Amino acid sequence: MGVWIMASVTFREAARRKILWAALLAGGAFLTLFATGMHFQAKDLVRYSVPPFVRYQVQSSVLQVGFYAVDVLAVLLAILTSVDTLSGEIASGTIHAIATKPVARWQILVGKWIGFAIMVAVYVALMFAGVGIVGRVVTGIVTPRIFLGGTLVYVECLLVLTMTVMCGTWFSTLTNGVVVIGLHGLAFIGGWIEQIAALTNSPRLVTVGIVSSLLMPSEALWHRASFEMQSSFARTLQFTPFANASAPSLAMVGYAVVYLMIAFAIAICHFRERDL
Amino acid sequence: MAVRNLSLTVRRGEIFGFLGPNGAGKSTSIKMLLGLVKPTGGEALVLGAPSGSVDIRRKIGFLPEDFRFYTWLTASELLELHGRLCGMSALRLAERIPALLELVGLTPHREKRLREFSKGMSQRIGLAQALIHDPELIFLDEPTSGLDPMGRRLVRDVVRAQRERGATVFLNSHLLSEVEITCDQVVFMKQGEVVGSHDLRTECGGEIRVVVLVQNLPAETITGLTRWGSSIEKQGDLLTFSARSKEVLPEVHRYLAASGADIFSFTPERLSLEELFLKIMGEDQGL
Repeated sequence: MGVWIMASVTFREAARRKILWAALLAGGAFLTLFATGMHFQAKDLVRYSVPPFVRYQVQSSVLQVGFYAVDVLAVLLAILTSVDTLSGEIASGTIHAIATKPVARWQILVGKWIGFAIMVAVYVALMFAGVGIVGRVVTGIVTPRIFLGGTLVYVECLLVLTMTVMCGTWFSTLTNGVVVIGLHGLAFIGGWIEQIAALTNSPRLVTVGIVSSLLMPSEALWHRASFEMQSSFARTLQFTPFANASAPSLAMVGYAVVYLMIAFAIAICHFRERDL
Repeated sequence: MAVRNLSLTVRRGEIFGFLGPNGAGKSTSIKMLLGLVKPTGGEALVLGAPSGSVDIRRKIGFLPEDFRFYTWLTASELLELHGRLCGMSALRLAERIPALLELVGLTPHREKRLREFSKGMSQRIGLAQALIHDPELIFLDEPTSGLDPMGRRLVRDVVRAQRERGATVFLNSHLLSEVEITCDQVVFMKQGEVVGSHDLRTECGGEIRVVVLVQNLPAETITGLTRWGSSIEKQGDLLTFSARSKEVLPEVHRYLAASGADIFSFTPERLSLEELFLKIMGEDQGL
């Protein structure tokens, strides 16, 4: 019961403080801009008599850019909304009135996590649906495996959210933000190093990329999502500007899920034991 | 170490005052009793069970020092949230919330968001959330902080009403005048240790200050007063000293009269809690 009360209050906070609405409004602005851009690009491709096959590949790639932008926005939403939730409440003493009520500490943490997870789910679902619909209406392209891609991006957001909550049981709000964004930055750079290394056939550089993905597997989930949503031709070529020269394996996806679960368990254990 | 060798016993149904200067370890002690901070050693029983357990927290209310909460909630929503966390039904909350808002004088502000609340209003709503589930034991950490005289009186009345219904109140406050007229028992804490305790229902430190208007008092008689007390001062016709207890007063009076002095008045004045506090705590530590 305590879990659902905390989840409900966390979600209500996101709505009441207009966090969710602001994110959706910004997302709506992005979709409008994206649709406008795609519309004019489609016209130009027709005007220049670009062959349908090439046109399809170009527009599929631009759609990948749209999904990638959603991925970045969703990850930022997951971090920025949850970065203050435990560290800030511990620092201000707000947590005292809750933690002395008859709810276990794990229920407080899990409840908050679920509240943020629901908010991010709403955001990812709406934004993915938005980009998918723009692609379908403006270009006629149906993004393959969009549900699988969206799910992988959502898992990425949950991973980042869990890391933020976990670090929030240790660090102050500012330090927490720096650590989690730093970790995701590491994963981002590592992911791209791995892609470039695969293109340039540099095995040692690939290893560097894989190691960075093992340290923080968030970006690897995007690369897998992107791989899944590519056209079959691009998948064969294994490279588009925002997709993959080297798609992370399913084992890496499994590793990311295990990583998330371990981070979640550590967060619960540490929050249960620490002084408030 | 904030607290060491702390040993306290609070009787059920009493208002217990926990006193000490800043940095004495009072808030840390309360946090340990509530399970917010884990002691490095020792045992704490709250209502007969280990402190901090979820079951015991069903019977405990707590107003933290400098109460803060989600400022986007209204006063009613805050109480509803805390009531639900305490496992109260919607039916019970529908009765309890208006009654509590009335009790703390916030009925006109029930739909106002906490971000619009003054410090005093925040303290009042904090007090209400501590009482939402009719707890058996209530910890109040500086409950009158930020309150005007009317607010302080309200807290005093609420605390007494809790005692009347059989609850135990654990009060941590710097406002000694409030403590003096509210508490049944006080404990003094300094540098993490208990350094004294007194039952305010029967005494205030045992010592009684006596003011005597007297003439023709021999100097050797003044020196002889040290048998019954201390802090002896003589200015003009006014003699003041602190007697060890009220039991020695008749003897002191006879001693002064027997010396041949002319006694115009002999007035015992109880040592105030503030004087007792300052005496026990000694010099200001600048904390």
